[in-house]
Amino acid sequence: MMNFDYVRPATVAEAVAAASEKGATYLAAGTNLLDLMKGGVCHPSRLVDVTRLPGLDGVEYLADGGVRIGALVRNADLAHDAEFVRAFPSVAEALLSGASAQLRNAATVGGNVLQRTRCAYFYDAPSACNKRWPGAGCDARHGENRLHAVLGWSEACIATHPSDFCVPLVALDTVVEIEGRSGRREVALEALHRLPGDTPQRETLLERGDLIVALRLPAEARGFAAHARYIKVRERTSYAFAVVSAAASLRIEQGTIREARLALGGVAAKPWRARAAEQVLAGVAPDAAGLREAARIALADAKPSGDNAFKIELAQRILVRALTLAAAGTPERIPALPGSPFSSVSGVHHVA
Amino acid sequence: MNFSISLTVNGVRREIELDDPRVTLLDLLRERLDLTGTKKGCDRGQCGACTVLVNGRRINSCLALAVSQDGADILTIEGVSRGDQLHPMQAAFIAHDGFQCGFCTPGQVMSAIGLITEGQAGDDPERVREGMSGNLCRCGAYAGITEAVLEAQNTLTNSDQRRSA
Repeated sequence: MMNFDYVRPATVAEAVAAASEKGATYLAAGTNLLDLMKGGVCHPSRLVDVTRLPGLDGVEYLADGGVRIGALVRNADLAHDAEFVRAFPSVAEALLSGASAQLRNAATVGGNVLQRTRCAYFYDAPSACNKRWPGAGCDARHGENRLHAVLGWSEACIATHPSDFCVPLVALDTVVEIEGRSGRREVALEALHRLPGDTPQRETLLERGDLIVALRLPAEARGFAAHARYIKVRERTSYAFAVVSAAASLRIEQGTIREARLALGGVAAKPWRARAAEQVLAGVAPDAAGLREAARIALADAKPSGDNAFKIELAQRILVRALTLAAAGTPERIPALPGSPFSSVSGVHHVA
Repeated sequence: MNFSISLTVNGVRREIELDDPRVTLLDLLRERLDLTGTKKGCDRGQCGACTVLVNGRRINSCLALAVSQDGADILTIEGVSRGDQLHPMQAAFIAHDGFQCGFCTPGQVMSAIGLITEGQAGDDPERVREGMSGNLCRCGAYAGITEAVLEAQNTLTNSDQRRSA
């Protein structure tokens, strides 16, 4: 690991000033950043430790019914906040389906949003990677790429965004509050992450010095609490990133879907909102044919970036599964294996 | 540049001078405080061998910068027994053969203590397995580990009830 300058500012304004210097990076828990630094993938010249900044570690329920989640709230604390689980169950399920208990205890929600891809070529310093070294090429493009993107990828980059948490957040219109050199601004989480195009090194629309201070879920997102699931296929039962995942939230009245919110994970460089599929679900009954058609529409533009054509069919099936389970109703308690297609009902054991 | 930090480690307050900000909590414990019970497995947050409790919560000490833990209360495997009297979790691991080679065991025990404090798994073996998935065991002692955690959960819950009775 290359050496760095370590600073621990006392205020957000000091943090933004300290992080505005070239080569500076924010440090929260460090669960992703330290790993990247140890691997020689990132080598910041300065770490700006934001863990002591005041006012960023609370979950605040707003008078209008929304919720404001401070950027330093730990993943586990949010996932076990009883009111949050009741109001936004698919978000809690996504959080608990990710990483391990140790990592969820440390990792912050702001860090989760900004975690880097797990593309092995990005992590392997000797490999060519346009994210690490713009113009170097992409060894993933013709390498081991069965887990790579099927939507929104470019010849320059086929990496995926690894977050589970962000998938239901994008489906539910989460807003990101950012403090930067020119003050406070807000962007939709859906717009925060960029598709790679010719500049895969620019992963978000954040600029130097920008600090995510909070995530905000709007009041309308509560309207889906009775029919909301996050389902995730992994290559082992627990503690693995998604091969593909889906967040499905439905508002159902008298057996008819009034409104649907859908997003996919593990398929693109950003959490992928499936708006066209949402539209075809509005006003229909949640039957097998209708759900399958919505899933087909959600993946209509998908194309393999390598040995991963299977992900297009798999994503459709997982979307149908997530929709089916959401239509059946949010379980009273998050299942023992959160997000798992093998333990979709509380109390059903995957391992007999 | 030196960094002065203060940590409470296994109940003892320590004033520590760090000459390098790159030192992880794991390396601080092992290399500078001679607490080698906490193991370095992968050093990348994938195996759980380095699990310790920080302010009562289990984390991977390999992915935590020591300098950022200033003021924290750290509990390692060296701090869980009372003299020769093993912590109920340690005793349960022995009773249920929750290990073979023992390398992952300090991390397993600390993680299991953290799991019970979190209070999410209860007596459901599926939730215990899920809650312990951040700790790998290359000997494959998982069945014994699950039994040990369930027994210790029972012992600790009962002793809590006796204390409050």
